[in-house]
Amino acid sequence: MTDAPKKPIIQIQNVTKRFGRVAAVDNVSLDILAGEFFVLLGPSGCGKTTLLRMIAGFELPTEGTILIDGQDMAGIPPNKRPVNMVFQSYAVFPHMSVADNVAYGLKIAGVKGGEVRDRVAEALDLVKLGGFEDRMPDQMSGGQRQRVALARSLIMRPKVLLLDEPLSALDAKLRAQMQFELAELQDQVGITFVTVTHDQDEALSMASRIAVINKGEVSQLAGPSDLYEYPANRFVADFVGSVNIFEGKLTLDEPDRAAVDCPGLGKVYLNHGVTGPHGADVWVALRPEKIYLHVPGEGKAVRAAAQDAPDGHNFARGCIKGMSYLGDITLYDILLESGARLRVSRPNLSRHDQEDFTWDDKVSMHWRADSPVVLLG
Amino acid sequence: MALFARTPLAPLEYSRTLWMRAWVGLVMLFLYAPLIVLMIFSFNDSKRNVVWRGFTTKYYEKALGNDVLVEALVNSLTIAALATIASLILGAVAAVMLWRFRFPLKGAVDGTISLPIIVPEICMGVAFLIFFAKWLEWPTDLIWPFNLGAIIIAHITFCFPFVTMVVRSRLASFNREQEEAAKDLGAGEWGVFRDVLIPHMKPALVAGALLSFTLSLDDFVITYFTSGPDTITFPVKVYSMVRFSVTPEVNAASTLLILLTIVLTAVALKLQGVKAIAETH
Amino acid sequence: MAEQDWKANKRVFAAVSLPTLLWTLLFFVIPMAIVWFYSFGENKGLTEIEFSGTLENYKRATEYLYLSIFGKSFAVAALVTLICLIIGFPVAMAITFASEKWRPWLLLGVMLPFWTNLLIRTYALMMLLGSQGFANKGLETLWGGASWFKTLVGLQPLPTWEPVQLLFNNFAVVFGLVYVHLPFMVLPLYAALDRLDRSLIEASLDLGAGHFRTIMRIVVPLAAPGIVAGVMITLIPALGAYLTPDLMGGTDSQMIANVIERQFKKANDWPFGAALSFILIYAMFILIALQAMRKKVPEVR
Repeated sequence: MTDAPKKPIIQIQNVTKRFGRVAAVDNVSLDILAGEFFVLLGPSGCGKTTLLRMIAGFELPTEGTILIDGQDMAGIPPNKRPVNMVFQSYAVFPHMSVADNVAYGLKIAGVKGGEVRDRVAEALDLVKLGGFEDRMPDQMSGGQRQRVALARSLIMRPKVLLLDEPLSALDAKLRAQMQFELAELQDQVGITFVTVTHDQDEALSMASRIAVINKGEVSQLAGPSDLYEYPANRFVADFVGSVNIFEGKLTLDEPDRAAVDCPGLGKVYLNHGVTGPHGADVWVALRPEKIYLHVPGEGKAVRAAAQDAPDGHNFARGCIKGMSYLGDITLYDILLESGARLRVSRPNLSRHDQEDFTWDDKVSMHWRADSPVVLLG
Repeated sequence: MALFARTPLAPLEYSRTLWMRAWVGLVMLFLYAPLIVLMIFSFNDSKRNVVWRGFTTKYYEKALGNDVLVEALVNSLTIAALATIASLILGAVAAVMLWRFRFPLKGAVDGTISLPIIVPEICMGVAFLIFFAKWLEWPTDLIWPFNLGAIIIAHITFCFPFVTMVVRSRLASFNREQEEAAKDLGAGEWGVFRDVLIPHMKPALVAGALLSFTLSLDDFVITYFTSGPDTITFPVKVYSMVRFSVTPEVNAASTLLILLTIVLTAVALKLQGVKAIAETH
Repeated sequence: MAEQDWKANKRVFAAVSLPTLLWTLLFFVIPMAIVWFYSFGENKGLTEIEFSGTLENYKRATEYLYLSIFGKSFAVAALVTLICLIIGFPVAMAITFASEKWRPWLLLGVMLPFWTNLLIRTYALMMLLGSQGFANKGLETLWGGASWFKTLVGLQPLPTWEPVQLLFNNFAVVFGLVYVHLPFMVLPLYAALDRLDRSLIEASLDLGAGHFRTIMRIVVPLAAPGIVAGVMITLIPALGAYLTPDLMGGTDSQMIANVIERQFKKANDWPFGAALSFILIYAMFILIALQAMRKKVPEVR
């Protein structure tokens, strides 16, 4: 991703949207910068689509202001806003050919015939649909219709392109391909993209920045890797990726080290400080892929190599109660001695890796001191 | 519905725009004002209809004391009730046939069954006139309720295709797996019909019953042609009253029938809920 | 959905098909066939009719008098349908986009008149339109007001009010037919609009089109099946209307159904009436065939 200019193109200021008494969007403020690929991520019903539709002008904020390129959008209808939208259902007009669909907005804007033709051809090339001009939408696949919808919006040269769950209706293979293509397309045209999705993989792979939305509020706003590695709260940690979360008490908190005593997991040591009150209730989040699994006894040697925690810390023993082989990795469900459960994933580096551990095996685990994340909320 | 919007309008809130509300309001006024005026003036103490001379119920007493009118009303209700029951059975069975089976000449059968919906009433009236009076020489002097036989047959003939139509569109949304599940659990053909299909058809049956009853009660033209000189139904009686002498008695009788329609609609709503009834049309 | 072949389950098929088929044959096909035979017959004496295979009845139907009545019936029915469409479309739009809470009640509001007795509705309208009716009273008040206003500004008052003839003419027939058939138009329009994917409308707005352009270029073409259905469902009964022209029309506003009725009840020329009936039925068939031939709008989910 190229360096994005730091100018905000969309400013959402204290926006609240209430349907009856329910606040779908609750006092949200955030800036979307020009040229970035911004993703609104959240579970269904969290208000992310409502937020997108307020930017497009299909819903009106109950309170607050939305500025696009510095201009207040209050009272400006969707057909007068410098943004365009790709709908979840694509909303390709079924009674018009591909060319007529793509030309629709230009014709309304009063662009002349010759230029319309050129720009339609250009837009269709951009989405790799050159030569499809005369097709009718019912002769096309879902993926192709989506490209028509994309071309139809991009041809308007909007300041911001809004995409509502753009990949949700595609099958898994096509989705992966479109993730790359969308990111590439965005790079190519330089238009700000704002996408709504409930799929964390999609968000992580495409976004330059992600706002995680929960119950109408922004839970965290960060880049993909920060979001994954430094989640700000339990909701984000749990929603983005898979995670083990344990409740504990903060027993040590210094600038360069900290320790949490978790009844479920044991003593957890971190090689950095956390800014929380001593003795406070906190949560420790530990990703399954950051846990090393080994046969008891063999562990000593492995641990010695990576040892960065005092004895008795970052270590647990348990018994494998469940396994699921996923091809690239294998997931283990482990019953710890404390009675808690721990999820561990392990890459299958060789063809025979998954044979190393099996049901009811006694195992021990450890993790590095920079792996756990302490969450205060 | 507040007349003036308090919050700004979102783009698709067409029904909240002022002109749209005014339009709908005027159309509702157009549809209901004549009926409301009619009902109000059934209580008017005047021979002439338009000037209010005070409240009275004497025209109701007069209407209910008019033996011919009461007989006509009883006849109409009897016809409607019997025609509705028969139409429901015939219509539902026909819908199941068309939905369930593939058979030779299906297109022709389908078309013929729905033909009574589009053939003009006058043509069907003419056909029944010739059929019963000329061709079958149907006796007209039978005792009640057998003297209504020809009319009931005619009503069933034009009512049941509507039931078929409503039930069929309801059946289109039936999930065949329910039927398979019932069979899997040991139900026979009849069991499937009773336990799975009938409950699924129920909203359509309620709507179809309402439709048949009101269509039958409504019909003037076909009845006018089919009925012999001695049988009279409510619309036929009201027609002759309107034709020859407009009196507040007609208002009173009409008001009673409008109230009956409202009660029937309310019963159907109670049975099935406003949404289901609204959606089956 | 897989349909079952009738041979696979003959007993059930017989149970569900025989009642309907027999009923339809006996009480619909046969009566209609008799009318059809009558239309090729001649009157012999007062009640005797001979089936001579003559085309005389059809030939007579092409006389100017009858052709003009057919033409007039078509014109009235078409005008009524057009008015219903213009009035009904915004109503259907309003119902479609009304809130979840209001929609069923608005639908019910449109449907309740449809369930109310036609004769009563016609009668109610006659009360309103009569020379002593409210419509005239209302106009008279307006007229009086205008007259008073003119004297106020120093002009001659208007001449005295003469009640307008609102009943027993062609206007009354059209007005009455619109009143009676409006619900027929609104319901199929609503059904079509309700099926329309809202995001298509939003996409059009999003691409810069105004509401009017969106309605003309997106909503109307996509609701075309519903519009055609509404037109047919209004046009067909309006064309065969009997009661409204009979009660509300004048001597010159007879429609085809009234002429048919006269052949049976007054003129006693049954074969000619039968021929007219079948011409009306054929006209319906042509309308339906035209509808079936119309280009299908492709549907995309």
